[in-house]
Amino acid sequence: MMGSPDPSTSEFVRRLVHERSAIVIDASKDYLVQSRLAPVARDAGLGGVDGLVEHLRRQPASPLRDVVVDAMTTNETSFFRDAAQWEALATHVLPELIERRRAQRTLTLWSAACSSGQEPYSIAMLMADRFPRVVAEWNVRIVASDLSAEMLGRAAAGRYSQLEVNRGLPAPYLVRYFRQVSGQWEVRDEVRQLVEFRALNLVEPWPGLPPVDVLCMRNVLIYFDAMTKRRVLSRVHDVLRPDGHLMLGTAESTLYSDERFRRVEFGRATTYQRRTA
Amino acid sequence: MRALIVDDSRATRAVLRRLLHGLSFDGIAEAGDGRQALEELSANGPADVALVDWNMPVMDGLEFVSRVRSDTANDVMRIVMVTTEADADHMVSALEAGADEYAMKPFTAAVIRDKLALLGVV
Ligand SMILES: C[S@@+](CC[C@H](N)C(=O)[O-])C[C@H]1O[C@@H](n2cnc3c(N)ncnc32)[C@H](O)[C@@H]1O
Ligand SMILES: [Mg+2]
Repeated sequence: MMGSPDPSTSEFVRRLVHERSAIVIDASKDYLVQSRLAPVARDAGLGGVDGLVEHLRRQPASPLRDVVVDAMTTNETSFFRDAAQWEALATHVLPELIERRRAQRTLTLWSAACSSGQEPYSIAMLMADRFPRVVAEWNVRIVASDLSAEMLGRAAAGRYSQLEVNRGLPAPYLVRYFRQVSGQWEVRDEVRQLVEFRALNLVEPWPGLPPVDVLCMRNVLIYFDAMTKRRVLSRVHDVLRPDGHLMLGTAESTLYSDERFRRVEFGRATTYQRRTA
Repeated sequence: MRALIVDDSRATRAVLRRLLHGLSFDGIAEAGDGRQALEELSANGPADVALVDWNMPVMDGLEFVSRVRSDTANDVMRIVMVTTEADADHMVSALEAGADEYAMKPFTAAVIRDKLALLGVV
């Protein structure tokens, strides 16, 4: 069972992951196929990664298909990842948007690849702390979505290990917005109920989304091929309000993929807005 | 940037020193307990940030923090508690005493870096 999988096995996995999620796994990362799927194969009693792939070839609709895609996906995240962007959100982006929405009293924020939930809960805590009146009196929607059912489950549960809450989360927020439950830290209901979770594949249709004021699509486009990235960004353009902001990961940029966005700099942070036609 | 590391474990001090060195701190002072740390402060003035253990002989971290905060000359110094105490009650006491941030042991380099970033120190 040890060693590398059959090359056609890796090829199959790469194609499956690309078809389902648009994520490109480089052939040089074939070792990941072994290290991430061996436990899946073992749990399913399929005797190794080659056996797992054999199973998927014979039963393309097997529930293991999504488990495999999940296992091959990078879910790394943390609370308030990239502090400068959150500072920009709290001190520039949100105050300005709130000013502009005084009449409508509606604000929609979307965390579009939310992984285990740290990002949407960071948004919710920030709103609750800095803009409590808006949260209490306006129609504030914080939508959190991801492709992975497993990640969504973790996100909705809102329970984190000590190591996870140690990273990036301000201590005053930890004591205020979490409670300790048998060695874990659980997001309090007042924060959790601000976030609505839903399954959403970014390369499939996005039904039922209202126009978005702040769209966090961070550290996910980076895994897509150029064509997919372009396609997704053009839909971002459609759902983003004309004065809304798109936040990307610090290693991502729309620059070469969509001329319809312009960069907005806030000190060390960057957001993107639709260019006005 | 100057830092002060206060921990009774020499091994922990060494780990933190290496970490801060990598974040381009230049002056890094160490103390093995709160009393030594106060002496360091009165000799050389406040650092930009202090990483402070809780459980130490002679004077523990909580008392050290309270004493530091009773002298406004130290207001410029950010304080991060770095401790095995991992419950909300300890956190609240530390924050009330005047600590700015709180990291639980065991930590990774990313944990400390994130905390310093939250305080605007790196
Ligand atoms: C590295 S995490 C980023 C989490 C968070 N946004 C952050 O920046 O910390 C990437 C997430 O993208 C999700 N993902 C990958 N492909 C996706 C797709 N096609 N549609 C929706 N989510 C996807 C993964 O499941 C994973 O949770
Ligand atoms: Mg100690």
